[in-house]
Amino acid sequence: MKTLLEMSGVSVSFDGFKAINNLSFRIGEPELRAIIGPNGAGKTTFMDIITGKTRPDSGTVVYGEKSISLLKMSESEIATVGVGRKFQKPTVFEAQTVRENLAMALKNKRGPFDVLLYRKTQAGARRIGELAETIGLTDALPRIAGELSHGQKQWLEIGMLLAQDPRLLLVDEPAAGMTPAEREHTTDLLKRAAQKHAVVVVEHDMEFIRRLDCRVTVLCEGSVLAEGSLDHVTSNPEVIEVYLGR
Amino acid sequence: MKPQSFLSQNRSALWFLLSLTVFALIVTVLSDAMGNGMISTSFVKTLGKTLCLMLVAIAMDVVWGYTGILSLGHMAFFGLGGYMIGMWLMYARTEIIVTESLRAAAIPPTPQEIHDSVGTQIFGVVGSSEFPAIWLFAHSFWLQIAMVVLVPGVLALVFGWLAFRSRVTGVYLSILTQAMTLALSLYLFQNEAGLRGNNGLSGLQNLPGLEDLPQATLSLAFFWASAVALGAGYVLFAWVVSGKMGSVIRGIRDNESRVRFLGYHVESYKLFVFTLTGIVAGIAGALYYPQAGIINPNEVAPIASIYLAVWVAIGGRGRLYGAALGAALVSLLSSWFTSGGAPDIPLGFYTLHWTDWWLVLLGVSFVAVTLLAPKGIGGLFDLLGHRHPVPERVGDFGPDKGARRTVEGEEER
Repeated sequence: MKTLLEMSGVSVSFDGFKAINNLSFRIGEPELRAIIGPNGAGKTTFMDIITGKTRPDSGTVVYGEKSISLLKMSESEIATVGVGRKFQKPTVFEAQTVRENLAMALKNKRGPFDVLLYRKTQAGARRIGELAETIGLTDALPRIAGELSHGQKQWLEIGMLLAQDPRLLLVDEPAAGMTPAEREHTTDLLKRAAQKHAVVVVEHDMEFIRRLDCRVTVLCEGSVLAEGSLDHVTSNPEVIEVYLGR
Repeated sequence: MKPQSFLSQNRSALWFLLSLTVFALIVTVLSDAMGNGMISTSFVKTLGKTLCLMLVAIAMDVVWGYTGILSLGHMAFFGLGGYMIGMWLMYARTEIIVTESLRAAAIPPTPQEIHDSVGTQIFGVVGSSEFPAIWLFAHSFWLQIAMVVLVPGVLALVFGWLAFRSRVTGVYLSILTQAMTLALSLYLFQNEAGLRGNNGLSGLQNLPGLEDLPQATLSLAFFWASAVALGAGYVLFAWVVSGKMGSVIRGIRDNESRVRFLGYHVESYKLFVFTLTGIVAGIAGALYYPQAGIINPNEVAPIASIYLAVWVAIGGRGRLYGAALGAALVSLLSSWFTSGGAPDIPLGFYTLHWTDWWLVLLGVSFVAVTLLAPKGIGGLFDLLGHRHPVPERVGDFGPDKGARRTVEGEEER
């Protein structure tokens, strides 16, 4: 398993508050990794740093075979080298149809003139069809995304993530607002994606994490508290302390 | 997927082109130039100017209604286009007049003498006779036509690059564009700017070399040129906002950071839209001012761009025909009310003069449309059926928010 992303010694503070404190983290490809931690542990900030939304005060983030630094790249450049993100709250384009949402996310050239001269292709339509089937929204393709239920928006967002065909998938609370059956489906999807790619899942739901059956990283106050199998980390006294001590 | 032609996929563009053609033909048949005289030459000019305003309005709609950038600078680009064509018109016509008058002299004038004399004629009004450097290309029609495209285009490109690169958005960006417009207008007011200060450029309705042509014919020619430009502009923008480009720019309007995380370089898209619409605004201005006959720095002042935003808001943002209709209706009504066409209303204790009260009516309509009918006049077409009942945009319709976000510069969580 090659290392795809490596963060080392990353710190970031907002107005004196240390959101991330000397955090080091690595993930290989393929790998599935779950991240848990109490509220304010820095889970979302961790994703913000990788995707280029937040610039750390110190530390390095290197990605890929060529070990390129993500810190000098813009959000859009980071996305085009293969880092995809699903947000905690589903953020789909509510004024556009499900098909348009998926088409926008589909892996293609991203320059303005490429997009202006873009012509729909058979392959693209087929890919959108496949994705819609995977996320169970085939009938909803012509519908406006704003009309979808919360769970369906979650699915659409997952579909948009898959459409980008990223190498590193950052998935923030995928199971929120889903029925048990949908959660199971989500688990399958993530596991399948993790057979080829690197998948990082942030989740609160322990049952969901257990089903993912993967290595778990516990974040607390901006740094890694424990790492290992779920049973290993949940038997760690420090982890019990932060979860139960609050 | 069946390949479909562009027009069959964009029904509104087809209808717009048809209506425009029918309208232009009716005006032509009824115009003075055809000897019918039901529509006076001055009204043909008004209609031709209105078509130019419709063109700049659809450009504004693309930049504001589709991309979410409330630009208060597009009438500055419009004015610059007018200045550029005006420079050639003034130079060439003055040159003809000067050559005529110097022909009688015993010694034939040298080209330099003619050039100097043209300078004295044009700049005498601001107490100068030297040609400023910016008039370098004014002698050549084609070079100056290139300037019509280049000057607004380069200004939009440079300004947009600086503004978008710093990620200035929403109402702050509007203020920035307004500052640019104000600065440009104040600069043009100065005689040193080389464009005759507050006198502006005049006599633009007389085309050099076509003095024998009656204004009736000329006005109809400009009317048609404006109609063709509007039709072409409409098709261009309908193409830009359809398909994937439209999807991306509407995405930028509603949630630009989400578009960034999909891998699109948002700033390049904004710059593309801003520059393209700036160029079209310049072309519209170059067609407008020869019909208006005069341009001065007042035309570039921020209020003009604010009117443009009002037209588009009343017409309906986010659909091209809405913006075009809004511009036509409001600008025609405006000239009707302010030229004393509308009858005064005696209230007994007070007589309502529309020349004074028109702006109040316009302001009230703007507020009413924004609050009560955010889809504007274009929204009426939804009542005809066919269209999806869901609004084009979910959420906030307030006038000052380009993108949907809770805090300025912050992405929603």
